[in-house]
Formats: sequence, structure tokens, C-alpha cells
Amino acid sequence: MNVTLTINGKEVVAPEGSTILEAAGLADIKIPTLCHHPDLTNVGACRMCVVSVEKARTVQTACTTPVAEGMVVNTESEAARETRKFVLEMLLTDHPNECMTCEVNGECQLQDLAYDYGVTWPEHSGVLHAYDIDPDPNPFVFIDRNKCIVCGRCVRACGEIQNRDVWTFAQRGFKTRLVAGADQFMLDANCESCGQCVAYCPVGALFDKMSLGLGRPNQVTKVRTTCSYCGVGCTFDLNVRDGKIVRVSSAEDSAVNGLSLCVKGRYGYDYVHHPDRLTRPLVRAKWLANVESKVETGQWRAYDPDRPISDSESLVETDWDTALDVVASKFTEVKETYGNDAFAVLASAKCTNEENYLFNKFTRQVLGTNTIDHCARL
Amino acid sequence: MTNSIEDIAQDSQCIFIIGSNTTEQHPVIGARVRAAKRHRGAKLVVADPRRIDIADYADLHLRHQPGTDIALLNGLMHVILRERWQDDEFIAGRTEGLEELKAVVARYSPQVASEITGVPAEDIEEAARMMAENRPGSLLYAMGITQHTVGVANVMSCANLQMLLGNMGVAGGGVNPLRGQNNVQGACDLGGLPNVYPGYQAVTDATIREKFESAWGVTLSDQAGLTVTEMLGAAEEGQVRCLYVIGEDPMVSDPDLNHVRHALQKTEFLVVQDLFFTETVQFGDVIFPAASFAEKEGTFTNTERRVQRVRKAFDPPGEAADDAWIIAEVAKRMIAQGAAGPSKAALHAGWDYGSAADVMAEVNALTPIYAGITYQRLEEGAQLQWPVPSEDHPGTPILHVDKFSRGLGRFAAVEHEPPDELPDDEYPLMLTTGRVLYHWHGGEMTRRARNLVAMYPEGLVEIHPYDAQQAGISDGQLMKVASRRGEIVAKAEVTDRVEPGLIFATFHFPESAANFLTNPALDPQAKIPEFKVCAVRVEAA
Ligand code: SF4
Ligand code: SF4
Ligand code: SF4
Repeated sequence: MNVTLTINGKEVVAPEGSTILEAAGLADIKIPTLCHHPDLTNVGACRMCVVSVEKARTVQTACTTPVAEGMVVNTESEAARETRKFVLEMLLTDHPNECMTCEVNGECQLQDLAYDYGVTWPEHSGVLHAYDIDPDPNPFVFIDRNKCIVCGRCVRACGEIQNRDVWTFAQRGFKTRLVAGADQFMLDANCESCGQCVAYCPVGALFDKMSLGLGRPNQVTKVRTTCSYCGVGCTFDLNVRDGKIVRVSSAEDSAVNGLSLCVKGRYGYDYVHHPDRLTRPLVRAKWLANVESKVETGQWRAYDPDRPISDSESLVETDWDTALDVVASKFTEVKETYGNDAFAVLASAKCTNEENYLFNKFTRQVLGTNTIDHCARL
Repeated sequence: MTNSIEDIAQDSQCIFIIGSNTTEQHPVIGARVRAAKRHRGAKLVVADPRRIDIADYADLHLRHQPGTDIALLNGLMHVILRERWQDDEFIAGRTEGLEELKAVVARYSPQVASEITGVPAEDIEEAARMMAENRPGSLLYAMGITQHTVGVANVMSCANLQMLLGNMGVAGGGVNPLRGQNNVQGACDLGGLPNVYPGYQAVTDATIREKFESAWGVTLSDQAGLTVTEMLGAAEEGQVRCLYVIGEDPMVSDPDLNHVRHALQKTEFLVVQDLFFTETVQFGDVIFPAASFAEKEGTFTNTERRVQRVRKAFDPPGEAADDAWIIAEVAKRMIAQGAAGPSKAALHAGWDYGSAADVMAEVNALTPIYAGITYQRLEEGAQLQWPVPSEDHPGTPILHVDKFSRGLGRFAAVEHEPPDELPDDEYPLMLTTGRVLYHWHGGEMTRRARNLVAMYPEGLVEIHPYDAQQAGISDGQLMKVASRRGEIVAKAEVTDRVEPGLIFATFHFPESAANFLTNPALDPQAKIPEFKVCAVRVEAA
């Protein structure tokens, strides 16, 4: 069943039971929100989304008020705008004035709304919070409770999406404080380090600890790609600065996973830049000619400086041409002498589809055997 | 997977997880399953020998002995048939062979199944009722089902259960293997298998072979090749002289590592292509430095057959290069040296590709299930799950909707058979293997991710307090685990996550890799080793 209502003078048809916020969305009318997120239940806590509804005495929270037949809504009434301004002023009275160095500068919903509503920093009369910064040993999640606007999105994300229910609020009013479990460390409170709470935090109160100081949103390039670990196939954005991954951020429009990732996908990226990466082709000395002179002239290098180059088993860093020729010649020779069955290829579940296609083509077309497999079974 | 993550999360009334440590291995699916229970009241039944994380959220945890999946599944089907809970309409219209199945499962009363599996008979009754009363239901499994000498029979048994309940071809149903590695699905799809060309087209089928012969401009072998376990055997015996290993680390991931080491040492010429100096690289004659996923263009295919883009964010370090370039260079040089002479007239004989998209275009032309998966569509945001037979096809989120690929679904009745190696006086404990949340596969990548290592720095072996006490081992103490094939030393984690008689180890750390212990006995058809069961003994180290 649908109901028809009017929002800002526009007639809107919305399914019965939807909220004013959802109905406005259908008509492309934007209502500002903070504690709301479409993936999470609505709690109407922050009061940013208030709107005026004809015949109602006070403004209503659009995220929790259901639509009704004939309802007349004004999202930009003076009362609504004034309430929002007041909400923002209240939030800023106990928010640190740190946008200059904040990690999420430029990607902060509080900052954006303050800008939209022209709310500036209040002259301070009140008290600011003085919570410890980064108090939790979890190596992935950075906490700065001073910036927490008590929207509860992390609480609901961890509960409703992750089913871990790590976060709750302790105490009330100004003293309301986000705590893990019974005021424990996160990892002692059933946390699996997925980082969903960070992804849903609208401000910089929760952040990815590995990314602190490495680049703010406007300093990175985002590259959408697919996870290199398990077969779920989550997609996310590599945040790249100066040729390095400084952060992985999940994206609402990822088809498989939305804002969700797991600890490996979100925080297991740094292997890419590990100093152990192989950076030059290596060939055992026994397959090479003139090793000593090439090493002497600096064209090639000993891989293991402690092993003499005269040892035929020692590894030499060569150029690509040499290494490729060694392999092609040896393969050609073996093929001519022993036939196609002398070859076996192990392809890879970590490589792309295109690469696997080429391994398959190489094995069958060039080597002439069907002996190619990978570790699907392992 | 026959179905998609989304329809399982949205529409399944009962989710049955067997042989999958979902929270740790497929964490985002694990979370969706828990959310389905929390928000929609979907039932959750978990069958696993260990008290894995997802079992804590289950309505029912069936803690069966490793290697007794068929007895458990037959027991469930026994109850369903006895109570006439089967979906008669589905069975009549879509399947064959029910009588044969009936005859076999008749022998698996809950009492009999309970004796074999160790699961209380009442729990088997209750699980069957839950599945029958909450349809559609989906079944999820992983390596806990396949890595047995009866792996193929285990999979058939899962399919039997789902067909009996009419849970096939519907949203929220299906038989859903969760693929372990990011692109294991794609590697299978694109010809990384010894018996099929890309798209599961058999190398022994003459018509198919002619298609590839005319595309690639050569005569192709009509013999299926060797599987990974067989090729190592052939290397050890000297038939295989050249082994080319790309992005794999058999010295960690294969069973019976002492044997693998011997095979690699015997190989005359070993070429390894990888990111790191892995355990396997140690034995390499030539080592090519490869590019990581962040350094190349391409696609991966996820466990629900969805093809998604991988994009290059920066260049590989030093002179490392992407695998496509390396293999094309080797191919071109061999062709130049006369090792192969593909006809120039053949459309896809050459190796000059301008981009990954060019390779995909060749795949489109030769692989019916990928025919419509073009870069253009992917870049436009199309979500494509194969089969995608043409460019205007929307993809196939759910398989077997109106009929099975073979027509009628066949109930293949299977009997319980014990694992190849069971505990005895000499090796009195059972070892099962798996993975942990913070690491992945052979650990080549996760052991080089700083904070994953901080969270889980070394391999631990889980042992029940009773067995630990018997062996005089305390939590955190080093212990030696030995099987007929080898031994490892690792720290003990004394926990009731395992039951008495069972210990659990991972293969993420070379020093304590469980695969020094595991049994290379294979499933005769799928050639999958029995990683999930072998006999061991332990002592304080
Ligand atoms: S990291 Fe994940 S599990 Fe841990 S508190 Fe945040 S949402 Fe919850
Ligand atoms: S930490 Fe962030 S998400 Fe959580 S309540 Fe505070 S502001 Fe909201
Ligand atoms: S983020 Fe985690 S769940 Fe998602 S694909 Fe990567 S490893 Fe799998």
C-alpha cells in the first residue's frame, strides 16, 4: 500500500510504513542527518533531521516519523532550520577545535553541516572533555572520545551488522561516554577488528590507527579494487598517496559488502610495501655465463652477499632479458629432448582471471601439455 | 555457489553451515549470516567438530567427529524421509534416484548416525525438523567438506539434502561452497585445471579441442594433465623435469611437506614467480619478481561467480612485473626459438596484448560462460555473475532455477566411509587443520602485514585440557606434534574449542606448518588431500 503526502509543496507517493526521511529520498529532497545511516536502525537521537509537519505541535524527526496519507511536510521551515542550528551549536560547544589537524577533515559530516548552516565555533564558556587520546591497545582502531558526538552509529554498526555488540554508552548527559564491553579493551569485549565502527563513524572519533598522519581525504587518490584475500570478493578503495597505500576505505556502493570489510581486507594491506618484496629477477649461477665479470661490472648482483658467486647454486640478480632467456632456452631444450610431458605448471588462485587465462594458454599452446593446476583443492 | 550472498542473507529461513569456519574464513559472509538470525529470526544450524565462533550464534551446534559428514547428513535425511518432510513436488518434477537414496539412508537412523558421529540422536532429530520447518534453507560449506578422501561424496550428500528439501533453484536456498582464496573461482573458470579449457570445456572433447586448436593455431594434447599432487609425484620420479610455479607456495600449502621438499629438490628446473622469497622460492632455479594486486589491472571472480575489477594503483617495486607480461615474454621467446609454431593465421595465436581488457576479449570469444563479461560492461558498473552467455545477458545470480545443468538432479546415495588414517595406539589423537581470522592460507602475505602479525604472531595448536593434562602440557608451552610423516613444534593453546582426542593446527607459519603432519591420501575423483583428518601424538617439547 502506498500513501500520498506533500513535501516542500511536491506530491510524493511512498510505501506505507516508510519514514518521512525515506519518502523525501524518493523525491530527491535531501534532509540533513547525523545519527542516521540507511544500513542501521533509526533512533532519532541527534535531531538533525527535524522537519515541520502540518498540525504537529513541534518539529518531528524525519528518520523516525512514519508517513501518513495527506501529510504535509516542510523540511526547510524556519523552526526546522533553527533546531538544526541549535543542535550543531550544542555539538560544537564540547567538540575540540581541531579540524586543522583532524584525520577526517573534508570527509566529516559534522564539519559539512556546520558549514551548511553557518555555525561557527562558540566562544567557550563551558567545559571541554579531556579524555585520553588513543587509549585502546587494539592495533587497528584509534579512539578520540573528545570528538565523539554520541550519535551511536558505531554502537549500532557493531551490533546490527557485526553482531559483536562491543560498544555501549556509559553514564548520561555531558558525561555520556562510549565504552567497549564493561569498560574493557575492545579485544576483551568480543571485538574482531573489522573496523565497521570506524567506517560508520560520521566524525573523527574513531579512525583507522594504521593511517594516522598519512594523508587526509583530499590528499589521497582512491582506487576501487577487489580484496586480495578470501573469496567473498569485497571491493574497497585503496587510498593512495605518493605511490603507497595509506588506508583502505570501504564504500557504500560496493555490491558485495557495502561498508563492511574484515580485518584482513581493511588492515592487511601493508604486505604490498614490505621490504621483503622481490624486486629483480633471480637466477642460480649455474644457469648463467660470465657471472663473475657481470657482477664485477655491476650489471648483476649477488642476491645473498654472504654466498660466493663462484658457488654454482648461489642466486644472482640479473636483468629481465637474461632471466627470461634462461627460462625460454631451458624450456625449449627440454621440450625438444623429453617432450611435452616433462612440464608442469602450477597456476594461481591469487592471480587475475586474465593471467590465469594466459597461464592456461601458455601451458597448452606453447608447452603442449594439459598439466596445469592450482591449489583449489588445498 | 549456486546462490548469492544477498539472497542467502535476505531470504534463507534456515542456514546450515557444515565444514566452514565462516567467521574466520569468510568474515563478511559470517557477519551477514549472524545478521540474518538477529534481524529476521532465520534459524542457524552449525555442524563442526570444533566450537568455532559461528557455533556460538547457532540455534544448534552439531559437534560431529571429523570425517563423519556423510553419516550426519544421511541421518538428517533419514529423519526427513521418516517424517515425510521431503518436498514431493520438487522431487517428482526435478530429480531422479530417490528410491536408491531411500534405501541407503534407511540404514542411518538417528541412533546409528549418532554412534558414528558422536552427535546426540535428539540433536539430529531437532536439526532435521528445523530444516524442514524453515524453508527455503541454504547450505554453506567449505574445505571441511571437501578436504577428505570422501570429499566428492560429501558434496553429493549435501546436494542430496538440499534436493530432498526442495531447496534448489530458489532465492535463499542452494548448495554453496565458500571458495577460500580470492580468485580460486576464477583460476578454475579460466583453465587453471588439467582436464578443462576455460569455462569447464573438456580437453578430451574433440569438438571443443578443435575450437581451441583453430583459435590458438596449434595441435593440442587430447590427454588430461596431472593434478597438483600428481605433478609433484611425477617430479619426484623424474618424469616432470620443469616445474613452473606461479604465485603458489606448495612448500607450505600441500600435504606431507617432507615429501614436497623432496620433489622440489629433485626437479631439474624450477621456475617460481612470486612477491616474496617463499618457502618454495628457496628451491627455484629462476625466480621472477611479480606484481601484487594493487599493481595491475584485471578481474577476480568471487565465490558467488561475480566478476569484479582489480585496478592498478601504482607501479610494482623495483623491476617486479605483472604476471601477464612475464608469461607473454616467455611464450614469445619460446615461439621465436621454435619450441612451438602457432599458425599466424589463427585469430588468437599471438601474445601481443595491449591490456588486460584485450585478454578478456579473447576469453569472451572462447568461453561461453564468460562471453558477455566485457570490460566495458564492468566499467559501466554492471554486476555480472556467470554464466553470462552474451553481451545483453544480465548474468545468473541463482543457478539451477528451472532445471539442473544435466536435466534432472540425481540423488547419488553415498555411504559413510571412515577417513584414511584414524588414531591408534601409536598415534592416539586426531589432527584437523584450518585457518585463523588474522591469517590467510600459507601466510605469505599476512605474515608480512604488521598488525595481523601483532594479533597472531605464531602458529598455535589447540588441544583440549584433558589431553593437555595427560601429556603434561600447559597453556602456552611448546609441544611437539608428530604424525607418521613428520613433526612440528608449536605452542599449545589449551582450550575446549576442541573436544578430547582432537587437536587443531594451522598452516600459516612455515615453522609450525600442519602440513608436515597431514596425510596426502586423496579423494579418488577430485584428488583433494585429506587435510581434515590424520593421526598424531603429542608430547611436551
Ligand atoms: S572493530 Fe568491528 S567488532 Fe570491533 S568494535 Fe568495531 S565494529 Fe565491533
Ligand atoms: S564514536 Fe563516532 S560513531 Fe560512535 S558515537 Fe561517537 S561519533 Fe558516533
Ligand atoms: S575483506 Fe575480508 S571478507 Fe572481504 S574479501 Fe577480503 S578477506 Fe574476504
